[in-house]
Amino acid sequence: MSERPQPLIVGAGPAGIRAAEALVAAGLCPLVVDEAPACGGQIYRQRLVQDGRSTKDLYGSEAGKAERLHAAFAALEGRIDYWPQALLWNLRDGVADIAVGGTSRRVAYDGLVLATGATDRVLPVPGWTLPGVFTLGGSQVALKAQGCAIGSRVVFAGSGPLLYLVAWQYMKAGVEVAAVLDAAPASAKLNLIKALPLDPGIVLRGARFVAELRLRGVVIRSGIEGLRFEGEGRVSGVIWREGGRERRLACDGVGYGLALRSETQLADLAGCAFRFNQRDRAWLPVRDAAGRASVAGVYLAGDGAGIAGADAAERAGERAALALLEDRDLAIDKARAVTLEAELARIGKLRDALETAFPFPAHWAETIDDATTLCRCEEITAGSIREAVNRLDISEINRLKAVSRVGMGRCQGRMCSAASAEVLAAATAKPLDAVGRLRAQAPVKPIPLALQLAADLPEAAANLPEAAE
Amino acid sequence: MPLLHRIARKDHPVIAFTLDGAPCEGRAGDTLLSAILNRTESLRRTEFTGEPRAGFCQMGACQDCWVATETGERLRACTTPLQPGMNIVTGTARVA
Ligand SMILES: Cc1cc2nc3c(=O)[nH]c(=O)nc-3n(C[C@H](O)[C@H](O)[C@H](O)COP(=O)(O)OP(=O)(O)OC[C@H]3O[C@@H](n4cnc5c(N)ncnc54)[C@H](O)[C@@H]3O)c2cc1C
Ligand code: FES
Repeated sequence: MSERPQPLIVGAGPAGIRAAEALVAAGLCPLVVDEAPACGGQIYRQRLVQDGRSTKDLYGSEAGKAERLHAAFAALEGRIDYWPQALLWNLRDGVADIAVGGTSRRVAYDGLVLATGATDRVLPVPGWTLPGVFTLGGSQVALKAQGCAIGSRVVFAGSGPLLYLVAWQYMKAGVEVAAVLDAAPASAKLNLIKALPLDPGIVLRGARFVAELRLRGVVIRSGIEGLRFEGEGRVSGVIWREGGRERRLACDGVGYGLALRSETQLADLAGCAFRFNQRDRAWLPVRDAAGRASVAGVYLAGDGAGIAGADAAERAGERAALALLEDRDLAIDKARAVTLEAELARIGKLRDALETAFPFPAHWAETIDDATTLCRCEEITAGSIREAVNRLDISEINRLKAVSRVGMGRCQGRMCSAASAEVLAAATAKPLDAVGRLRAQAPVKPIPLALQLAADLPEAAANLPEAAE
Repeated sequence: MPLLHRIARKDHPVIAFTLDGAPCEGRAGDTLLSAILNRTESLRRTEFTGEPRAGFCQMGACQDCWVATETGERLRACTTPLQPGMNIVTGTARVA
């Protein structure tokens, strides 16, 4: 066994940490890499320095979980290799290219756990590129990790559980919240009744956020349409339609997002099969109940494999690690594996119910104005994409990328791929899954060109997307 | 008026840097993005239309917050800790 390379875990969020812990418990020494300077992932992200706020101030009702998880990871010190501030940018043939400390290191691994998490899902609306408009997640990072507010009078817009959570966190921090604008109709919230018996705590917490926001006089609107942000050089207001009437509100900061999207690029580079997920309106890597991907030795856990939240991520990370051990013919606690799978199934049902309370804005793609910037990297408008689709008779997303450059910019489609697929599907009157899946390319995030060249890529180098400067 | 404002770390040690040639101050624990946007309204201008941008995701996903140092090194502002003596150019000064 000592001859085999070590397992590699990407991500030190809830899923990656629990995976590392389970591998260590079985006597393995994994390498854990994460872009962030400290462990915790998105939800339990840590500050760069202490700032007088308690973990309760930062993580609210989840403070206990955050402390336990950070402590669990600290306890692994000396028994794992941990590279913080390390970007895994390419995967092929059982080796990983990792940018760390100013160089690129090539690492062979035996067993790969992808716990890459999620980022905000965004659909462009007019004005979304204005300074002062941030994602909901970004607004939360500013507040939690940096102790900064994105404005002094802030509007939160979009949909998903983060909408009310972040608005409430800002209110609690003493920032004026001008409004919460929910794209989902009020009637959708009735679906939460289905979630209530599955996890009363989560549903009641959400209800409390809404009640407390209302009590403080925050304007809360549901079923809003025609959302746009206005301003000269920075955001100064929000405009929306409601019951046929146009409304306008002044503000100097906006948090905007529509639920989350999984970071699946590495699963793609690892060669995993993907399947279209109707609920998330996204292509997700195929996995079994234990987290095994379609490629032997690759395991998928947490939000990176499908949005299920932090509690599920912890369990999926542990379960995936047990699968890795099983596949190496190492003894595992089978009862524990069964329990984890049962809990994941329960949380999965809860998640389905929660998602129906925040449905995707189905008409966005038809109604979005031609002049709206769809790709913020390459500054491509919705109109120019529609024009390319019609003129060249395009019906597949990678073809659209080659022709229009949408999804080819620095963000690799993280901010625009959901939107461009929706626009393409609407323009060709096809279901979303029929327009295909945007393929990932290395480097998955910009790295200095010198590192890329030093990594000595073979012929493939010529086909790399616009690499970072 | 700056885009961001501080709720915590108001009295943390000062970290001096320069922004488009002008002396500037951040606080210990700042990312480059926080330090700059606590002083001004944007981080960069886009290559094609020249419109101002100030980042979007603050978590290293959107790549809309890249700035440069005076020596030409490019930095992703939201994931780069502020270091004393950094000389940052945003290229936004022309309309400031
Ligand atoms: C901005 C944001 C805020 C959220 N806030 C909340 C909240 O307040 N409450 C809540 O219940 N849920 C929240 N969620 C959802 C919650 O974060 C997730 O359910 C949970 O964090 C999932 O855990 P995970 O381990 O799967 O992934 P994450 O916690 O996202 O961790 C993934 C880790 O992988 C790393 N990574 C990814 N790709 C690479 C790579 N190529 N190289 C190196 N490292 C990599 C990332 O840096 C990250 O640290 C939030 C999500 C986001 C995106
Ligand atoms: S703000 Fe998105 S990458 Fe920095």
